[in-house]
Amino acid sequence: MQATSDEELIGRIASGDRLAMQVLFARHHVRVYRFVLRLVRDESLAEDLISEVFLDVWRQAGRFEGRSAVPTWLLAIARFKALTALRRKPDEELDDEAAAAIEDQSDDPEVALAKKDKSAVLRKCLEGLSAEHREIIDLVYYHEKSVEEVAAIVGIPENTVKTRMFYARKRLAELLKAAGIERGWP
Amino acid sequence: MNAVSNEAPERQEIEALLPWHAAGTLSRRDRERVERAIANDSDLARRLMLVREEQQETIHLNESLGVPSARAMEKLFAAIEAEGAPAPARRSFDLVGRISGFLSGFSPRTVAYAAAAATVAFFLQSAVLTTVLIKDQPEGTTELASAHTPSNAHAVVRFSPQATSSEIISFLLAHGAEVVDGPGKNGSFNIRFTNDLPKAEIVKVVQRMQSETKVVEFIATK
Repeated sequence: MQATSDEELIGRIASGDRLAMQVLFARHHVRVYRFVLRLVRDESLAEDLISEVFLDVWRQAGRFEGRSAVPTWLLAIARFKALTALRRKPDEELDDEAAAAIEDQSDDPEVALAKKDKSAVLRKCLEGLSAEHREIIDLVYYHEKSVEEVAAIVGIPENTVKTRMFYARKRLAELLKAAGIERGWP
Repeated sequence: MNAVSNEAPERQEIEALLPWHAAGTLSRRDRERVERAIANDSDLARRLMLVREEQQETIHLNESLGVPSARAMEKLFAAIEAEGAPAPARRSFDLVGRISGFLSGFSPRTVAYAAAAATVAFFLQSAVLTTVLIKDQPEGTTELASAHTPSNAHAVVRFSPQATSSEIISFLLAHGAEVVDGPGKNGSFNIRFTNDLPKAEIVKVVQRMQSETKVVEFIATK
């Protein structure tokens, strides 16, 4: 039996179809949640934000013009919500997060232990990237977005997408080197 | 890209595309460019291996984040209930067209059976449910198999003709289930349990579902 496409679901949602909304949510909420969680680093906040993302879809489905694929549209809304939420966070919380990020990059006992496992170190270093670099790495590798789709989600030119990805990978290589893993690149 | 400024621009450009090549999201033209370059450049091929390592660990890291709790969905649908219908759509609500589309998917015998057996309310409800299947997502909506971790436990359910779509959604959500197929014979639907529970636990959940006679007429594990 043929499944309903995302675009058809959006059409039905625009007509007030709650079951279509449930299916769209079931299909995409995990990826949207993970994208948001990697940005805000707060599970409770990430859950609140995905509710807001899909509520926006409920409200705006009638205005969806299909210029981008539905998953790309969802991530663009999610990104906007996440950045808005981060701007609302008190400065002291942001300072705590910045401190945590700095700690992540140091050769603490956890990292030292993880040196025995290259994969674990790589994941640790991925977590230590800045929000901007985490975002582009996730969009390309995990969410499997093309250059054009990343440009649409992040709102930057396509050449900037490629450059930002390069610098994110370069920063990752620096963190790996600091953690004792020399990859011979860049 | 200062780090590779001593390399030829074409090679720099190819290297910048490696992450998308690994993810399989390049256009055919760019994919072929990258493949040609890799075939003639062992260092570039080694760098692609580094990219694949990063890709693998990024996927691992994201999937280890788990899934949101049911609270997110409950909050969403509570807000939708409170808000009512969305803003008027550009598209008109073509009820006749939707019913025609629904009927076209079934054999004449099925249609005749449905017409004889179902009330008007139940018929409309089935039409709605039929159009929102989530099994076998089409190309372009595919997620990694590990993005969701649903169980293989399924059940067959027939909803009460009096149950509204909102009640059905709340019912499925409360019991950790989702519609994956239907309607079949007698207007039944195939549902899947979203949590990987032991069989004995699934039986208990189904028993609890059966007790909600306002929403369920019949339910049995498959």
